[in-house]
Amino acid sequence: MKHRTFFWFFLPSGLAMLLFIAFPIVSVLIQSVYAPHEAVLVTVENSGPFGITKSTSIDQEATEALRAAEPLGRFVGSQIYFDRGHLAINELASLWQTTETWGDFTSRLGNLPFYRALSFTLTYTFTTVPLLMALGFMIALAVNTLPGALKGLTIFFSLLPMIVTPIIGSLILFWMIDSRGVIGSLLQYLADDPNLSLKASTPLVWISIIVYGIWHSAPFAFVVFYAGLQTLPQDTLESAQIDGATRWQQIRYVTIPHLMPLVTFVALIKLMDNFRVFEEIVGFNAEAHATSLSWIIFNDLGGETRLLSSASATSVLTIIGVAILLSPVLVRTWRDFNEKSH
Amino acid sequence: MSKAQRKSPLLRASLSLFIIIWLIMAAFPFLWTLWGSFKVELDFFSITDWTDALTGPRTEATYGSPFTGAGYEGAWIQEEFWRAGINTTLVCIFVVCTSLTIGTLGGYALSRSGFKYVFWLLIAALIFRAMPPITLVAGYLLPFFEWNLWGHLATTVIVLVAINQPFTLWMLHSFFMKIPKDLDESAMVDGCTRFQAFRHVIIPVMWPGVITTGLFSFLLAYNDFAVTAMLLSKENQTMVPKIASFLGTTQTEGNVMFAVAAVVSATAPLFVLVMFFQRQIVSGLTAGAVKG
Repeated sequence: MKHRTFFWFFLPSGLAMLLFIAFPIVSVLIQSVYAPHEAVLVTVENSGPFGITKSTSIDQEATEALRAAEPLGRFVGSQIYFDRGHLAINELASLWQTTETWGDFTSRLGNLPFYRALSFTLTYTFTTVPLLMALGFMIALAVNTLPGALKGLTIFFSLLPMIVTPIIGSLILFWMIDSRGVIGSLLQYLADDPNLSLKASTPLVWISIIVYGIWHSAPFAFVVFYAGLQTLPQDTLESAQIDGATRWQQIRYVTIPHLMPLVTFVALIKLMDNFRVFEEIVGFNAEAHATSLSWIIFNDLGGETRLLSSASATSVLTIIGVAILLSPVLVRTWRDFNEKSH
Repeated sequence: MSKAQRKSPLLRASLSLFIIIWLIMAAFPFLWTLWGSFKVELDFFSITDWTDALTGPRTEATYGSPFTGAGYEGAWIQEEFWRAGINTTLVCIFVVCTSLTIGTLGGYALSRSGFKYVFWLLIAALIFRAMPPITLVAGYLLPFFEWNLWGHLATTVIVLVAINQPFTLWMLHSFFMKIPKDLDESAMVDGCTRFQAFRHVIIPVMWPGVITTGLFSFLLAYNDFAVTAMLLSKENQTMVPKIASFLGTTQTEGNVMFAVAAVVSATAPLFVLVMFFQRQIVSGLTAGAVKG
């Protein structure tokens, strides 16, 4: 295809991505080094019977005019990145000096909003991904042994948790684990503790959200692995059986190596998706116990005063996190591409 | 079939048990919430006995029947959920049509051009796919406020189309790669221009791929929360942000059942969708994986 034709075919799609994905990333970068204007202050001298008094007040008009003229705000450089709401360099340094043990350090680190969110985001991402892949793999193996008619039905019901958006899915689960809901009552009965509430303690809230995350994403892993099982080389499997491999050995040495590319694929997609966790937190109403990087951005943007600079700084830090997660894949693709072209 | 016969009864029993447990885990929450949405709050969230949610004694005491549509009435009429339903319908239709139109053009070009920049465009799309939408929203707000674009359905449609484009391009690219190049090249030998070959030769054979991609565009638009919650004014809200806004107001007013009914209403279309398009959804999920 000629360059010219390619250009016209690709233009609409490329333009949409340039305007609404590439530019916003740049605009987020710029916003993160500007802070809102401070109010313009005026000092008025009042001469009264007891001498001259000076009073300072906010000049509303001038403030409005300044904000309208320069909506970006004033340039502050990297100041927002290092303040208490983000990387909190000063607080971090003083914590490092004042705390004695690692445990103390990490527990007080949890008081800083950015680190608190980061710890949940990372915990969530790196616990759900392996667990959901394991569950998905087991479902795929089990469904593969079912007779044909039952397969379709099982796949139908398995798709439901995945297809429903996290905020709705987590609400459904949230109502069930309520201490007056069906799962909540069951757990109270099992634990023999009528006051047990999953919403009250931080570890239990984290576990609930992680369980939700596995429930939501396991079907994706299941469907991909199940499709991979359909292309399993039957002769390799048969020769393994003839050689006397046990069922476990067949899975370990034939099935899993065959599915390895798919495992990488599912892990990549789910790492990217789970790193952006925040709807679950809104659905579970859990911000008192768990916050995530995306939740901080959502919260900053959502209030009456939209904290654009603060949200932008967190966005840039989140994008850096995504880049770190994605870097092994990019490096590998780059290497493959170079090998192919030489 | 020899494989199935050699399985020991114990293994087969544990496999069936595992499947049954998974099916209950997957389906039970939806069935439970559907059933409970026709009850009053004191039955669905019963302090005394969980079986109240099944039998509904308080629902019967209040409305004279164990089922009531009060939650639905409250959500759809009193809280004007129908407005959100119309908005969602509009957003979905326009997002699917636009992203398929520009996506097929772009995906076709990517699959038929052998130059190096195709690789870089696909990598750029992969990176864009990894961006959490909420980080982009932080970049939209200021320009949208400045140019008075904030709050309109049209703005949200365009933003959703753009966010959806990387995924659409990847998927359609892989579908187009499966259509032999000889097909359109022979049409061009016969005197068609590139666009005519695309229009008359490729479009008629690409429907399966387009339908699958369209389904995923639809799901993205239907399920989006980050963009729609931030970019739509209150009267233009779609269903998902509307449900989220219920949470703040109804839980204090004791109208949780409105939110339950709204959640069931928003889930029902997805249920129907999976029922009719299960095959396409499965093939779409695996399309990206096949390439490895």
